[in-house]
Amino acid sequence: MRPETEAELAALIRAGRGPLSIIGGGTRLLPGEGQGTRLPTAALTGVTLYEPAALTLVARAGTPLAEIEALLASERQRLAFEPPPAPGSTIGGVIAANASGPRRVKDGAARDSLLGVRFVDGGGKIVSNGGRVMKNVTGYDLVKLMAGSRGTLGVLTEVSLKIQPIPPFSLTLALPELDAAAAVPALTAALTGPWDVTGAAWLPDLGALVRIEGLEGSVELRAETLTARLSAFGEVQSLKDDPWLLLRGNIPGSGAAPRSGSAIWRIACRPSQTAAILTMNPDATPLALDWGASLIFFSLAPNARPALPQGARALCLQGTHRGPLPPPDPVTRRLEDGLRERFDPRGIFAAPELTVA
Amino acid sequence: MRMPIPDAGVIARRESIVARLRAVIGAGDVIDDPVEARAYECDALSAYRCPPLAVALPTTTEEVAAILRVCHEERVPVVPRGAGTSLAGGSMPTADAVVLGLARMNAVLEVDYGDRVIRVQAGRTNLSVSTFVDEAGFFYAPDPSSQLACAIGGNIGMNSGGAHCLKYGVTTNNLLGVTMVLMDGSIVELGGPMGEGPGLDLLGVVCGAEGQLGVVTEATLRILPKPAGARPVLIGFDSSETAGACVAAIIRAGVLPVAIEFMDRPCIVATENFARPGYPDCEALLIVEVEGTPSEIDEQLTLIRAIAEAFSPVEFRESKSEDESRRIWLGRKSAFGAMGQMGDYMCLDGTIPVSALPRVLRGIAEMSEAAGLPVANVFHAGDGNMHPLIIFDANRPGDLERVEALGADILRLCVEVGGCLTGEHGVGVEKRDLMTAQFTDADMEAQMRVKDVFDPQWLLNAAKVFPLEVSETRREARRNAA
Ligand SMILES: Cc1cc2nc3c(=O)[nH]c(=O)nc-3n(C[C@H](O)[C@H](O)[C@H](O)COP(=O)(O)OP(=O)(O)OC[C@H]3O[C@@H](n4cnc5c(N)ncnc54)[C@H](O)[C@@H]3O)c2cc1C
Ligand SMILES: Cc1cc2nc3c(=O)[nH]c(=O)nc-3n(C[C@H](O)[C@H](O)[C@H](O)COP(=O)(O)OP(=O)(O)OC[C@H]3O[C@@H](n4cnc5c(N)ncnc54)[C@H](O)[C@@H]3O)c2cc1C
Repeated sequence: MRPETEAELAALIRAGRGPLSIIGGGTRLLPGEGQGTRLPTAALTGVTLYEPAALTLVARAGTPLAEIEALLASERQRLAFEPPPAPGSTIGGVIAANASGPRRVKDGAARDSLLGVRFVDGGGKIVSNGGRVMKNVTGYDLVKLMAGSRGTLGVLTEVSLKIQPIPPFSLTLALPELDAAAAVPALTAALTGPWDVTGAAWLPDLGALVRIEGLEGSVELRAETLTARLSAFGEVQSLKDDPWLLLRGNIPGSGAAPRSGSAIWRIACRPSQTAAILTMNPDATPLALDWGASLIFFSLAPNARPALPQGARALCLQGTHRGPLPPPDPVTRRLEDGLRERFDPRGIFAAPELTVA
Repeated sequence: MRMPIPDAGVIARRESIVARLRAVIGAGDVIDDPVEARAYECDALSAYRCPPLAVALPTTTEEVAAILRVCHEERVPVVPRGAGTSLAGGSMPTADAVVLGLARMNAVLEVDYGDRVIRVQAGRTNLSVSTFVDEAGFFYAPDPSSQLACAIGGNIGMNSGGAHCLKYGVTTNNLLGVTMVLMDGSIVELGGPMGEGPGLDLLGVVCGAEGQLGVVTEATLRILPKPAGARPVLIGFDSSETAGACVAAIIRAGVLPVAIEFMDRPCIVATENFARPGYPDCEALLIVEVEGTPSEIDEQLTLIRAIAEAFSPVEFRESKSEDESRRIWLGRKSAFGAMGQMGDYMCLDGTIPVSALPRVLRGIAEMSEAAGLPVANVFHAGDGNMHPLIIFDANRPGDLERVEALGADILRLCVEVGGCLTGEHGVGVEKRDLMTAQFTDADMEAQMRVKDVFDPQWLLNAAKVFPLEVSETRREARRNAA
């Protein structure tokens, strides 16, 4: 199975009996994924439209992310949501995972840059939704529904994306002395002023990290006032090397270096809950905070589960636990199951693990 | 405008239905007096109207759930309503429908500046959210021109945007969660700390679904720190095409203004006569606004000036004071009022790729000429959201039909160049029948499956968005089941 066109893919799915596991680069499957017959998108490649002056790019789903990023960089443009650059990863996989890097704190997730999709549903029907314009409220927004759906509703064949100019200047301030909990108020301070912060994170070896981008004079000026603000939390340094690639690619479990023997969890919460979550889980080793401390990565013993306050959500990236914590409430589950049944009536897209708590 | 034949059975049971509603939310909160109910017979698309069966005005999520349970059991169609400023007939009722008005639900439930979120009831007006957080140095970014009146629930229904969405995005990009009641009365929380939850992004599909999937009762919104300041420039050009090309060049250069607004000559002349903003005599003008501290603004404007100069502008007017800024925006802000002075008008809402701007402006001019109907253009150029205004005389027989035909042709042109039928106003009843220009049957079928899951009986705002023939079997199935 290696469909080369959308029509071929549709025919394959109509004939398929499943379970099928849609595979982009296969670089970041969650525990339990990829167990069915593999349906690779590797032959569905190519950028079909790139209009730098309209800030839009359309590409087939199997196009390697690296190819897209190189093309954009040649025009001094980029994907605003800064997707994790795992070698081999495809734009379809990135969108299907709604995989979003540090700049999400300002410019949103992959779903916020996604303008349009084409996909083949479980019945083999080709569906198009959205388009390639910045604003569109024509009909329901299935674009958002497909982003992050991890191939459970259909196989993405083409995505259109809003892109962003690369600002001429970027600067990162660091507070190396801060541990994870102490970094939270510093990150919050940076995000609650007029500095247009485009990254606010924490890493064990580098401490709290704050990024600003823009025109040269403006970045210098903002760096000055922001440094003054952050000095209240510790010594502020200006970093020479770009630490953001670490956050994009090397978070264990979501990135390159798996740590044997422990499970890796990704927790989404309000920043005001972060310190409490770290306290509630004294055995956890913090690996990173991102998105202004509303995202926590930590490792736990293989069979341990994180303790969570009301509203926080956890997903096991590496380990044996399947599905989100807490599990979806009954109404949400009814809606999600209903959608999966409608879009994939024969249940050929293998993904039951996502609903098994 | 064709609407489905109202359900005679429901109308016949009107009294008992109203009595049941009164029993769950208190007599004073249900309007069944035909004169009073008339206030709910249309939204801002006032050409189409129909008094509803009754109006329910709840104050809590539980009351909304109780109303919906009654309507679900009685198989009564329900039309959610915020402030009724929809320009697409989205909150227009049918004679067998209960209007569920959320205007009384306007409380602020929680604000947390550190987390940069505010949680409000869905009836709260858009502008009052920003006003609430203003003193703390924050604002809520989506700013539709109707923001003084329109409600957050309506904004979510229509996924509304405004002049500043070039930089800050539209409602869906600033919405973190909702409490919503499904048609069967079940209450669900969608979203998560960062917007979408861990499974499917249900919040994403609810936003912009025009009140067809559930009734939003509470919303958690992202609020942002206010920028240090903002300053507009006005750039005049000797042709619309040149102005369009300059927009593309500004975007291409990598400066990201918060707003790029466009006006053509008919619109400039009309606003000049109406509000006297002192605009230059030119074929088209752009208002470009940038944000930051004074020196950041200077840096951006220097760049914009350099770009604009390549297009030999008639004038490049940089605001030097609050008063000048106000005057630059004055004409733009009064444009719709000004056009109203010239005659009746129909406001279109198509979106195009910015690169197609010159071609579409030329196409509109040709079609306008051929139809003998003047068209004025004023719009958010930065994101390609056009609002061509067709000017006509509503009292002249046949004019409205000609206007509708021209409007449809213009929107088809938008789709043809890669754009879409509506950028912010929604489909409602207004553009329902044009959906086939943009979507295949399979595309629409996929959307309607979502409706099937959230509202299997097709009771919520059911005669909107999809062409009536396309949704007919689904709506009929409900009636037969009743
Ligand atoms: C900092 C960081 C943040 C991350 N954030 C997230 C996150 O927020 N959420 C998350 O889930 N992952 C996240 N990831 C991991 C992310 O999954 C990968 O970076 C990327 O998606 C892998 O691309 P791929 O082509 O190898 O996809 P694969 O590993 O092949 O597939 C990933 C998923 O997408 C599905 N899929 C692949 N192609 C298609 C297609 N064409 N149509 C439909 N479905 C398809 C697969 O079935 C699978 O469920 C993150 C990683 C890092 C380093
Ligand atoms: C002068 C003027 C200027 C405008 N400018 C803009 C603009 O710049 N940008 C823009 O995007 N729009 C604009 N609009 C259109 C309109 O104001 C927006 O669509 C607005 O969001 C509607 O809000 P509302 O509260 O009035 O909603 P309503 O008109 O009451 O309802 C709109 C839709 O949302 C649904 N709905 C309402 N409340 C809920 C709820 N609680 N739960 C579920 N569904 C609900 C309704 O059923 C309906 O389909 C303008 C309108 C006018 C009259």
